[in-house]
Amino acid sequence: MIRLLKLIRPYRTEIAIVLVLAFFQALANLLLPRLMADIVDTGIVKGDTGYILREGALMILITICGTACAISGSFFAAKVSIGFGRIIRGRIFNHVEQFSLHEFDTFSTASLITRTTNDTTQVQQVLVLMLSMLVTAPMMAVGGVILALAQDRKLGWVIVAVVPVVATIFILIMRQAIPLFQVMQVKLDKLNLVLDEGLSGVRVIRAFDRSAHEHQRFDVANQDVTNTAIAVNRIVAFLMPSMMLTLNFTSLAIMWFGSIRIDHGHMGVGSLVAFLQYAMQILFAILMVAVMFVMLPRAAASATRINEVLDVAPEINDAEEPRAPTGRRGYVEFDHVTFRYPGAEEPALSDISFRASPGEVTAIIGGTGSGKSTLISLIPRFYDVASGRVLVDGLDVRDMRQAELREKIGFVPQKAVLFSGTIHENIRYGNDEASEEDIWQAASTAQAVEFVEHMPQAFESVIAQGGINLSGGQKQRLSIARALVRRPEIYIFDDSFSALDFATDARLRAALKHETVGATVLIVAQRVGTVMDADRILVLDEGRLAGIGTHRELMESSKVYREIASSQLSLEELAS
Amino acid sequence: MISGAARGGGQGGPMGMRGMGMGMSTERARDFKGTLLRLLTYFAPLKMQMLAVIGAAAIGTVFNVVGPKLLGLVTTKLFRGVILKGAGLGGVDFRYISHVLIILMFLYLISACFQYVQQYLMAYVAQTTVYAMRRAVEEKFERLPLRFFDARTHGEIMSRVVNDLDNISSTLQQNLTQLITSTVTLVGVIALMLTISPLLTLVVLLTLPMSFVAVTTIAKRSQGYFIAQQRALGQLNGHVEEMYTGHKIVKAFGREQASVTTFGELNDRYFEAGWRAQFVTGMIMPLMTLAGNVGYALVAVFGGILVIRRSIAIGDVQAFIQYARQFSQPITQLSSVANAIQLTIASAERVFELLDEPEEVPDAEGARTIEQPRGVVRFADVDFGYSADAPLIEQMNISVESGQTIAIVGPTGAGKTTLVNLLMRFYDVRGGSILVDGIDVREIRRGSLRRMFGMVLQDTWLFSGTIAENIGYGRQGAAREEIVHAARAAQADHFIRTLPESYETVLNEEATNLSQGQKQLLTIARAFLADPAILILDEATSSVDTRTEVLIQQAMRDLMQGRTSFVIAHRLSTIRDAGLILVMNHGSIVEKGTHEELLARHGFYADLYNSQFTGRALEEAGV
Repeated sequence: MIRLLKLIRPYRTEIAIVLVLAFFQALANLLLPRLMADIVDTGIVKGDTGYILREGALMILITICGTACAISGSFFAAKVSIGFGRIIRGRIFNHVEQFSLHEFDTFSTASLITRTTNDTTQVQQVLVLMLSMLVTAPMMAVGGVILALAQDRKLGWVIVAVVPVVATIFILIMRQAIPLFQVMQVKLDKLNLVLDEGLSGVRVIRAFDRSAHEHQRFDVANQDVTNTAIAVNRIVAFLMPSMMLTLNFTSLAIMWFGSIRIDHGHMGVGSLVAFLQYAMQILFAILMVAVMFVMLPRAAASATRINEVLDVAPEINDAEEPRAPTGRRGYVEFDHVTFRYPGAEEPALSDISFRASPGEVTAIIGGTGSGKSTLISLIPRFYDVASGRVLVDGLDVRDMRQAELREKIGFVPQKAVLFSGTIHENIRYGNDEASEEDIWQAASTAQAVEFVEHMPQAFESVIAQGGINLSGGQKQRLSIARALVRRPEIYIFDDSFSALDFATDARLRAALKHETVGATVLIVAQRVGTVMDADRILVLDEGRLAGIGTHRELMESSKVYREIASSQLSLEELAS
Repeated sequence: MISGAARGGGQGGPMGMRGMGMGMSTERARDFKGTLLRLLTYFAPLKMQMLAVIGAAAIGTVFNVVGPKLLGLVTTKLFRGVILKGAGLGGVDFRYISHVLIILMFLYLISACFQYVQQYLMAYVAQTTVYAMRRAVEEKFERLPLRFFDARTHGEIMSRVVNDLDNISSTLQQNLTQLITSTVTLVGVIALMLTISPLLTLVVLLTLPMSFVAVTTIAKRSQGYFIAQQRALGQLNGHVEEMYTGHKIVKAFGREQASVTTFGELNDRYFEAGWRAQFVTGMIMPLMTLAGNVGYALVAVFGGILVIRRSIAIGDVQAFIQYARQFSQPITQLSSVANAIQLTIASAERVFELLDEPEEVPDAEGARTIEQPRGVVRFADVDFGYSADAPLIEQMNISVESGQTIAIVGPTGAGKTTLVNLLMRFYDVRGGSILVDGIDVREIRRGSLRRMFGMVLQDTWLFSGTIAENIGYGRQGAAREEIVHAARAAQADHFIRTLPESYETVLNEEATNLSQGQKQLLTIARAFLADPAILILDEATSSVDTRTEVLIQQAMRDLMQGRTSFVIAHRLSTIRDAGLILVMNHGSIVEKGTHEELLARHGFYADLYNSQFTGRALEEAGV
């Protein structure tokens, strides 16, 4: 938390202003009982109406000044706290945008999202409270104690003695309640999980006629949450009554000891009345601070989560002195590449070597976990190799500027990701300079024109976040169009046709053939049928190259390939 | 949540923040009174406790409110004592003072006890009420037709149950008792003030309109800022979510800078809206304090003058000062409580809306159970459409023999789930009838009907639990041997045994510890265990590696042995061997027949079938 708070530096001046204003605000609030005491002890005792009126006017003047301070303080506090949120949010986002895929894997996307959104809001919210309450509360408490002691030192000790009592009660109750609150959150999450599963599996549940079972599962979780919630709230029920009781007993004590002091002629009745008010102001201020301390751990947890993100240095950075492009176009070479995911025992790829040149199609085939997707993600340098080199156009990818390297590549991922915006904007994402003609052409090659033109606004139709208004196949086609419009030197298709039905798939492949002439194409595929005519097929088995060659060559030389081919082709009856 | 394949959309941004400030409400209930009354019916079983809560709250507050007045008596006595002493006529009457203080001690103690009792009871009342509502919602889900779930996103439904019930819960727990205590305090304070001095009471009441005007104008003002702030936050979070989810694409296309720039703009926009909203809210407290302090000063001045004129005692002024303080507090509280209640009623209304959704037609009286299903299925003149004006199926007649395979073919998105929906009676036909073993499905108990079917769809649904539990879902009370046996039949036994805890391996929330193919094998095992007479299978095996796919094929073929099977077919072998092919397009069945019949017809199917080869031919030509 403290580390994060350092980021608040640009707002130093404003914070100083907030503090000064808070001081005056506290001062104003504390002066009122003093003036009131004067009214009683001087005005009433002497029967001086003019004095009372003057003091009264002064009180109103002071409270107006105090309010002015409070309102202007709240102006600066709002700017500081929301501005602080803006700073951290910006920091994290900029930082995360530099992350490589590895850092995303370690944190998980969902966690990065909550850290950037929820956790920053949490921290920001605490700052709001801190600047609006926590700043004045201690000043009120300390100032109140000083004034009370100044008013009457002996009686002042009553107030000082109560403070630890209040603190103890508070700590005792919270120590019981906070762990239960955490337990309750866990149980609530469980309840929501059961419910969410019930919703997503509604067909299966009904199909297996297991509604009763689900109902019971839910009821158990529901009861569990309810019981914990009752327990927590019963503990918290102690808090307010005991606090109020302490406050009230304090005023009784003040009355009693005050009476004795007055009887001895040490203080006036007005001072006693003022004293009662100081006691209330001080104790309420302490309560405020206590409540803040309950909230702090939550914010501190958020701050820690934010710091964890900021502490991770992106692993992949541009070389200090990047090499100039060579002018060659579309050459990809793996030179004894070995790669392992950080922390993994076994390498995901070992000793892979091959070359691909413009005009060639290289297909990569193999089982799940054989390293197909890993292999192609080394080309745009999503990850760095452990040993060996990945060369693009004759240069080691680590020596190139990332922007220049990726400029050369049209990448189509396995899971089509589109952004909210129009279809037009989404295709154009591949190439800012694309003309209308280019976009239409790309969409047409990707077999997207037909369905796009059926949409109400055609190319201007808006895609919802996550592309939920499109089918999987439609998303894949747009994702392909986006890569096409880039007119890259190297195309990478990571099993990008899986959601297409066979007719569309076939038409798309045929159209692609013409579009990608002269470019280097790498395709990850599941089915032998779709890669049979590639210039080169890489067969991966558990991260090793189990064969390389054309379909015909591999049918003779590679056992793994033969296995895959025979299992599929006999099923499909498509053997050549 | 656990589910396989693609599950579109996320749950969206963070849960809405509740009660960002006092006096704001962005949502209002349409029928406030009706909803409130209906919400109250949930308290009916807890009538006694509720009355006790109200009683305890009232008593606890009254005892507390009396305090300042009694303290005032002490001060007056003290003042008199001092004056008497000054005149040499006696001193402070300590017996009287100790007397009053001891009475007060007891009053405060009793008050604290009642406050505690009230909160203690309320915990039970509030939580059991919410429990009952949650339960009602969940029971409602069981009776809602599939139509309901298909028309809404998960996020939408979840938000009702989670956020709205959460709103209700915290309002019941905190605000309801506040409402009582604040009201009692307000009334009590005014009453006691009136007994002391009607004139001073008037002075204090004068500050009331002041704070009222301040709060309402600000509340009105701030609403716009809050809406703007929420909107900006939504956009900001949406952008973060999108950019992070699409990080690979952002990187691949070198768009980091563009993304950061957009973020910066959204962040600025949020800042502009946010600090204004915050500032306006921040003004409420100081203004309330101002009103309180002005009242305080007025009481001091007028009280002082009245004391000089001997119309009231000094202790009365002190009591008044304390009352003036206590007076502004319940007003502030009431305004925030009013807002919380607004929100809660809006939440309750949404929950009730859900509870009022039309339910599935209940099982017919005397609905039957089929003990030994044979798996004969007949569609007789079936008409169907999701909405009345868009018929998908008209006058369809098919009859399927026991053990036959029916292939369902068509382009993606052709609406093959429609068939599943009809067969399992997730939706009812609009005309004609569907008969299983010669009985209209509407005359069979739903549970019994659905148990006849086994479903292996691409969207594998697994829940958080062990592998054994997930397979065991197929049949209640299945023994461990039966589960292992089913897994073996589904070719899943081997991979299960390679997992760290074997059958006891717990699937994590997203079931990411299993591959897509492995999940499919588990659903096949589940179907084996259920041993249904009729199967609905989806052959699609996207994102499954080739070797697992071979296993899945094998398992599916074994499963289909001797059962009537509706197969959403992706393989030519299945299609060719099928006893009947249903060709679907745009949601309706366009052709039906055997492979040869359909080819001979030169229709949609023939086109589809041929495109397979033309596609390949084109592809080859391109080489």
